[in-house]
Amino acid sequence: MLAALGLNSLEDLVAHLPPEVLLRRPLDLPPGKSEYEIAGWFRARAEENASAYACFLGAGAYRHYRPVLVDVIASRGEFLTSYTPYQAEISQGTLTAIFEFQTMICQLTGMEVANASMYDGSTAAAEAALMAARITGRRGIVVARTLHPEYREVIRTYARFAQMPVTESAYEPESGNLDLADLEARVGEDTAAVLVQSPNFFGVVEDVRAAAEIAHRRGALLVVVFTEAVSLGLLAPPADADIVAGELQSFAIPPSYGGPYAGVIATREQHIRQIPGRLVGETRDTRGRRAYCLTLATREQHIRREKATSNICTNQALVALMATVFMTVYGKEGLRQLAEQNLAKAHYLARRVSRRFSGPFFNEFVAVCPRAPEAVNQTLLEKGVIGGLPLGRFYPELDGCMLLCATEMSRREHMDLVAEALAS
Amino acid sequence: MSTYPENYLYTKEHEWILIENDTGTVGITYHAQKELGDIVFVDLPKPGTVVERGKPLGSVESVKAVSDIYAPVSGEVIAVNEALATAPEKLNQDPHGTAWLVKLRLRDPAEASQLLSASDYRAYLGVEG
Amino acid sequence: MNGKARTHVSQNEPLLFEISSPGKRAWQLPPLDVPPADPAEALGPDRVRAEIAGFPEVSEVEALRHFTRLASWNYAIDLGMYPLGSCTMKYNPRINEAVANLEGLLWAHPYQPESLAQGCLEIMAALEAALAEITGMDAVTLQPAAGAHGELTGLFLIRALLESRGNPRRKVLVPDSAHGTNPASVTMAGYVAENVPSCERGMMELATLERMVTEDVAALMVTNPNTLGVFEQEITRIAELLHERGALLYMDGANMNALAGIARPGDFGVDVLHLNLHKTFSTPHGGGGPGSGPVAVKRIFEPFLPVPRLVRRDNRWALDYDRPQSIGRVRAFYGNFGVMVRALAYIMAHGGEGLRKATLDAVLNAAYVRKRLEPYYEPATTAPTLHECVFSDVRQARHGVRTGDIAKRLIDYGFHPYTVSFPLIVRGALMIEPTETESKLELDLFVEAMIRIAREAEEDPELVRTAPHHTRTSRVDEAAAARRPVVRWRPQPGCP
Repeated sequence: MLAALGLNSLEDLVAHLPPEVLLRRPLDLPPGKSEYEIAGWFRARAEENASAYACFLGAGAYRHYRPVLVDVIASRGEFLTSYTPYQAEISQGTLTAIFEFQTMICQLTGMEVANASMYDGSTAAAEAALMAARITGRRGIVVARTLHPEYREVIRTYARFAQMPVTESAYEPESGNLDLADLEARVGEDTAAVLVQSPNFFGVVEDVRAAAEIAHRRGALLVVVFTEAVSLGLLAPPADADIVAGELQSFAIPPSYGGPYAGVIATREQHIRQIPGRLVGETRDTRGRRAYCLTLATREQHIRREKATSNICTNQALVALMATVFMTVYGKEGLRQLAEQNLAKAHYLARRVSRRFSGPFFNEFVAVCPRAPEAVNQTLLEKGVIGGLPLGRFYPELDGCMLLCATEMSRREHMDLVAEALAS
Repeated sequence: MSTYPENYLYTKEHEWILIENDTGTVGITYHAQKELGDIVFVDLPKPGTVVERGKPLGSVESVKAVSDIYAPVSGEVIAVNEALATAPEKLNQDPHGTAWLVKLRLRDPAEASQLLSASDYRAYLGVEG
Repeated sequence: MNGKARTHVSQNEPLLFEISSPGKRAWQLPPLDVPPADPAEALGPDRVRAEIAGFPEVSEVEALRHFTRLASWNYAIDLGMYPLGSCTMKYNPRINEAVANLEGLLWAHPYQPESLAQGCLEIMAALEAALAEITGMDAVTLQPAAGAHGELTGLFLIRALLESRGNPRRKVLVPDSAHGTNPASVTMAGYVAENVPSCERGMMELATLERMVTEDVAALMVTNPNTLGVFEQEITRIAELLHERGALLYMDGANMNALAGIARPGDFGVDVLHLNLHKTFSTPHGGGGPGSGPVAVKRIFEPFLPVPRLVRRDNRWALDYDRPQSIGRVRAFYGNFGVMVRALAYIMAHGGEGLRKATLDAVLNAAYVRKRLEPYYEPATTAPTLHECVFSDVRQARHGVRTGDIAKRLIDYGFHPYTVSFPLIVRGALMIEPTETESKLELDLFVEAMIRIAREAEEDPELVRTAPHHTRTSRVDEAAAARRPVVRWRPQPGCP
């Protein structure tokens, strides 16, 4: 090939670069390794992590069983190694799966339009706030303090640079629910969006309708955020919301130390042109057969550039495919049964400990610890159990409490160990 | 080729306006819709909006492009063509007729003197194209 | 047809909702080992939903066949070359998948105690260090989830630094050849994007920037090599000019596959850059994602990086949240960890020498394709190019055949199209990036297909204009999809 180009060496290919930019030494990296050595190195790292522990952490990342079919399908090269489906004729597999994903997200959330995915739940929530600002022409964002603390941090970062003021709305100290009176007082004429999570960070199920009424009375939009997607198998869909922004990690997406996950934004048909991210639509090919393609692309950065609804390009397609397969495997009845098992497990554990809040909860709740949560967790670690998340770091007033999560994977014997550690 | 009605006035941005008394009906030209290709969406202002000559009053979209529509004259929007919301393809079919975009109440009829006549516009297209 | 493709039978498959029937199931759950909870009692009757109308009900084998049939309708890098310019679609080594799926990494919870997450933290630290060395930068954040997210983070950092100096400024300059994400990110970061015209050979000129870099300009966002595959020859002087005037140089690292091991952005004056692990570092594109968009910065930006920062304390890794000047978080948790694992495995497999060799091979492949296609397609620039080459469709357009048509015809020859109509500064652009992982055999098949299409464009333009002819789906009506969007399945009226 060099000869075809009339060159003597590979170096000649970059000889035209300005001499001052060329790196005159080898990169200071260890020499290339064989597959065998690489596998060994990562196996050693994996072993430095917790493994074979029972785990009661939730807080935005949940341990649910991953049906075998999920990886069988998601590891197929035709899905794993394909590009964004801009070329519809040779991407119908991905496009059809996304169309099914969008449909199932609508069925679950009670919305009419869902996008093909966002990076994660936190950025979906932040982009939903920006979307609400575009729709309403307003700037203010009111965020429930019971929204995941890290999601709130992301919203604050995005809002700061978009020059949008953010205020936080309190929770009722007894129930752990949103304080509706406080919310009412914070929503004003310049409020674009109210963001409420349900089940909230404390696991408490919110009154979405009441929040919607407050937001709508002042012309603001209600954004309902979810982090525990399995709850949608049992809870009434947030159909009073204007926008739903969620995290689908619970749908067979491995915890993987925080990512990759898949966020999603769903909304009403009337807002379809303001939704960020990719959308797949149904159409016909020239021979009249049903086909799918990316649509309404004029919303997106590659066409509208500085006026786009968002800068998002790469999303979480393969991870959303995992969620699609998960929803297919469980289906209508399975998802409900799964959610009911989660409810049963969490309620079993909750009955044995001192709960901080009285509000109805799904599979997470806040427990009051008899001693420092870190000390409780230390006791549990010695028994092979990772306990709950100490809340003082995020809520100083809840220092001494921990957030516990039980799923279908939590076993009774481990829950009994947790209850025991929290009793003494 | 299409004919450009003699009683319309035109802009170099490829809008047309038909002025009747103090009212102007605005659309995009045959040339504009042809350049855009299949039009899939039309974004128009609400009645009551005040527009300034030369400033965007809305946009039209094809599958892979967005084009602003500029107000040929200043004025207040008194009507918009609602039919285009559900049938944007009309802009490809009848750009000089049923697929008008908005009607304006003119603020300053003298502004019309800055616009192109049909023959000027045809000449302009000839030069441009 | 030539040697790469011929037609074959493919399976039809309805939507999941159309093959569903009540009572079918692919799921199993173990018996409950605790008493059941009554949902209405636990949650309140109003909070419990009715059944999920329309949700699928299929058997396991139906689910498996459904997605397998769908899979067979996709093109993929596993099937052949993907010459998408600026997308760097290279082979995705499976060792990377294997290590990312190790139980101890896959099931690591982001809030598990740091003492039980040292393996994850070590992987992140090793990747940060490797990326800093490859780019010649001082610090790296792995938090951004994709390239565009990295751009946004980088611009936030620039704004935060300038704010701390008293004036965030107003504008960010973006060359006309830039990816659309650049101006879109500029807007989201609260800046106004201003277009910088390229010169005839596709580069930015110092003289133009001399004029444009005013006191209002916060930064210039440059892709280097740019989207024509041309290295910006004046880059060090451009950096100096910006710095003299108190502005910063942002680099979009989408095209780092042309530079790794050859030249380091940190050495030629770049202040902030993002990388795309799913491009340069071979993590699979997955039909659109996930990616990962680490941002590498010079020392002055370190206090502003997103929280948490990875730090070494008492001989172990820890996460530091106490960063008062930080821009805050751009994402929950720490980023797309699973993608980081794959990228680190790729870097380990190559080592420094291997990365350099991969870069040179990528440039060689692109140069070879350019050389062989130049007699048939109009090159977009006379300047030397690196990892990709761009042509214009002007010669074919004379016969009414446009870049989009040539791209569709390429599908009939068994290839994924190149990048169509981008960069915008080239009329009817064909943007080709072969990457280093294609053999000469595959490149020759590609070149031959392109040459045959060039001939077809002259002899039988209609054949090209109506392509593809051999796919199970012919050209789709994108206008109809956009006019009356149908973005979810609904039961047909009259059907159960």
